[in-house]
This record gives sequence, structure tokens and C-alpha cells, in this order.
Amino acid sequence: MEKELWKGNEAIAEAAIRAGCKYFFGYPITPQNEIPEYLSAHLPKIGGCFLQAESEVAAINMVYGAAGCGVRVMTSSSSPGISLKQEGITYMCGAELPAVIINMMRGGPGLGTIQPAQGDYYQATRGGGNGDYRHLVFAPATIQEAADYVQIAFDVAEQYRNPVMILADGMIGQMMEAIEWREPEKRELPAKPWATTGTKGQREPNVINSLYIDPNLCAVHNERLATKYKAMEENETRWEEVNTEDCEILFVAYGTPSRIAKAAIQLLEKEGIKAGMLRPITLWPFPGEALKKIAMQDSVKAVVDVELSMGQMIDDVKIALEGCRPVSFIGKAGGVVPTPYEVAAAAKAAIGR
Amino acid sequence: MTNEIMIAGFGGQGVMAIGKTLAEAGMKEGKDVSWLPSYGPEMRGGTANCCVVISEDPIICPIVLEPTELIAMNLPSLKKFEPTVVKNGTIFVNSSIITEKVEREDVRAIYVPCLDIANELGNAKVANMVMLGAYIEAMGNLGVETIKEMLVHMFTGPKAKLVDLNIEALRRGAACVK
Repeated sequence: MEKELWKGNEAIAEAAIRAGCKYFFGYPITPQNEIPEYLSAHLPKIGGCFLQAESEVAAINMVYGAAGCGVRVMTSSSSPGISLKQEGITYMCGAELPAVIINMMRGGPGLGTIQPAQGDYYQATRGGGNGDYRHLVFAPATIQEAADYVQIAFDVAEQYRNPVMILADGMIGQMMEAIEWREPEKRELPAKPWATTGTKGQREPNVINSLYIDPNLCAVHNERLATKYKAMEENETRWEEVNTEDCEILFVAYGTPSRIAKAAIQLLEKEGIKAGMLRPITLWPFPGEALKKIAMQDSVKAVVDVELSMGQMIDDVKIALEGCRPVSFIGKAGGVVPTPYEVAAAAKAAIGR
Repeated sequence: MTNEIMIAGFGGQGVMAIGKTLAEAGMKEGKDVSWLPSYGPEMRGGTANCCVVISEDPIICPIVLEPTELIAMNLPSLKKFEPTVVKNGTIFVNSSIITEKVEREDVRAIYVPCLDIANELGNAKVANMVMLGAYIEAMGNLGVETIKEMLVHMFTGPKAKLVDLNIEALRRGAACVK
């Protein structure tokens, strides 16, 4: 297949269409505006609906409604806008509605800046809404992965009847790379007898709700959800390993910082220091077991977490390592990206060189 | 072989377009490419830049800190990025509006009066294509035929007449390289 040059945001929008998404509800915010721009031009051509809502809160509830009808639906935003969508996300997890949510992260807190950042890791992986809920979080590091994982996300969302988030930083949204369009591996997807498609006088009405007023029923609901989340942990955890065999320094990084860490690995190699990386592709579930296995090699002297935040994923790194290896951190927040030299220097400091 | 290119100038000078054309041409020649824009509350007349990487190997990091080539379309861009260019790198200067010379002696400097040439051709908008012509001639990393093919695909219908103008702009830019 011939390669095509695509901007991250536009590739995500096109990938959604290729995955059968016909409905998009959103509200503009930099640095993700090319997603709604592209979909506003293309969804009407395929009989779909693009709607710019009056607010992010309205948009996520429109996604709830469309997902309830059993159609493929997406919304996208950037950090402050995703904060506004948190209530809708917990309701969708509670009501078990599949949808895809894109967060093209920018600097925070609050309005912050429009430059790339990763300060929403806690929000994405812990949940910014209420209650015991989980959803998958894919973190693409290239435009190819962004295109691939949007398509996979729609399938995974339907398989588990749960929203799925794509968490990327503004740089991935704005940059262009050559990609190939490819179809995701086929999954057996369940039918949607729960969807509110009209009874046609043939069945009782379907009700989609996250309200279980009887605590016993609500407890059972939570246990069933927990079983589902466990299955996601067992089946959907993904990561990439780079140069990890016998490495002295082990980087952990996702998204744009993983590419900076790869450049740092090359710089360190020139100095005779063997560095490797574990790159989580799913942030939840976090590939903790894989990380521990690599980090426990005798060769590993330090684990270095690299983020565009003041240190959030580092908590998951420490939980996974259970104190067995020292973990150090280098990161910048607020839209500034560390250089490969800074990352390499931090790694050297971590092993006392 | 990897070219790490910084292209910078005023918004509206076609800085992003030079980068996109380079990236697309590299891709069409089977190379790995990336195009990373500065983005922000920018507007026509403000500053704009993009980094392009064209490599025969898979690109690791799309961020260009030490460009092998700098295309400076205005003076602030030359001042800002001249110190970052690698030793023995190349700096392309839009000498129509930059009257100063490149200060460093460990780089190759190529002066291209983009806007003057574009005006001679009757269309100021092709100034960036003049610069692109100079880049391709000097670096030899991309085939001018690849760009010409892209132009034919880009300008169709009533815009087809722009193909010859752009090809002439490329040729005039190439002629500036000694």
C-alpha cells in the first residue's frame, strides 16, 4: 500500500470514518481543531452527522445518546474540554456505552497553554469522574499508531461495551508523518440487543441508565463492571520494548517523550551506555508486569521515567516495581518539551555518571 | 543520510508549504519523513517555523534541535536559528529581505533573492518555490522531477496554468546556487 502524508489530527478523523464512525459531537479547542474540521467536511458526505455543540458538556451527553442508539460515535477535545466531559464519561461507563474519546493534551492546569503536555495522565487513568469505573486508554507515539489505534478503539469499545480514550499530546495532533492505511485485526463483536433502536411493537423498551437506587443491585452492578475491567487488564494491555535486553538504564515513556527517549538511547549508546525503553501503549491497563520483568534484569541500574508533566505515570512505575529498583524522573510541564540531551543527562545522573 | 531541516519566517511566506513539499517529495522517493510545525496563536505577519526530517532510516525523533539545513525567510529567523545549525551545515537566506550576511564561517551560506525573483516572474506567491528550487539544487537529496510531478497533481483545472510558473520558480531558485 502506498504511503500517504497525514497530519495527526486529520489521520485520527479519517481513521474514525474508516472504522465506521458516522457521528461526531464536539466543541472547538486547540490543538485538536483539525479533527472536527475534517469531520465537519466528511461526515455529511457519508450520511453521518457532525454537530458542534454549545459546550463540551452538551457534546459528551450527545455522545451518550448516540452510543445508546448503538451507532459508532466519537468526540474529541483537549485537556480543559476533557475535564468538562468527565461527568459524561463516568455516566457512559456506568451505563456501559461504547464510544471513542480523543484527548489531544495541552498544558495545564486550568486553561494552561495550547502547547503539548501530558498532565492529564491521572485524569485519564484514574478517572476524573465519580465512582469505580475504568476505561481503556491508548497512547499513540506516531501518526501511524494514532490511525491504527483509533480504528482498534472502536472495536474494543464495542467488545467491552465501554468508552475508550485515545490520549495523545498536541505534538502528535499537529505533526505530519507518512502512514499506510490498514485494517485492524478482526474481533468477534457482540450484537447490541440493549440499544434503544425503537421497539417496533416487538419487544419491551430498552432503558439505558446508570442509576441503581437499590444498593444491593448497585453492588452487583459494580462487581460485574469489575469483572469486565479485569478482562480488559488480561486481554488488552499493550506495550513496546526497545533495546531492553541487558540494558543498564531503562526508560519508561509514552507518546512524544518516548520518541525523545529513543533519541537519548542513541546518544547514550555513543558513550557506551546501554539504555532501553518500555513504552506503554495502553496507559490503563498499565503494563506493570512487563515493566517489572524487564527492570528486574541484573543489568538494570536505574529506571528513568520521562513525561511531559511534573510526574504522574511515575506512580504506576513505582507501583509496578514495588521498590525493587530506584526510579528517577525527568519531565517538563506546561508545553515545554525536554531535549534528548537533557533526558540522556538525567539518565546518566541516575547511575552516577 | 538524514536531512534535518528548520524552515522559518513570517506567517504568510509559505514556510509551512516549503516544509510540506519537502516532506511529501521525500515520502514519494521512499524516504521516511516527518513535518512538525510550530503552532500557537499565530497569524499572517507573525513568526512561523516547521521542522522537516527526511531520512533513509526510520526517523526516531521528529524534533529538530540542530538542523543540518536552515531556510531563513526573514531576519529574526536567521538570528534565532543560525547558532543551532550543525558544523558544515547549510543556511539558505532569503536575501530579498535579509540584508545581513551569515556570521558563522563553519557553514555554507546560500543567498537567494526569493521575492525579487518571484516578482520578476509576476507572482510574489512563488517566492517560497524559488527557495525550494535553491534547496533541492544545493542539497541534491531530492529529485526536481518528483516536485514537478507533485505540482502537476496539485494544480489542476483552472489552476493548471500555475504549474509552469512554479517550475520556472524552481529553476530560477536553482540558478542562485553556485
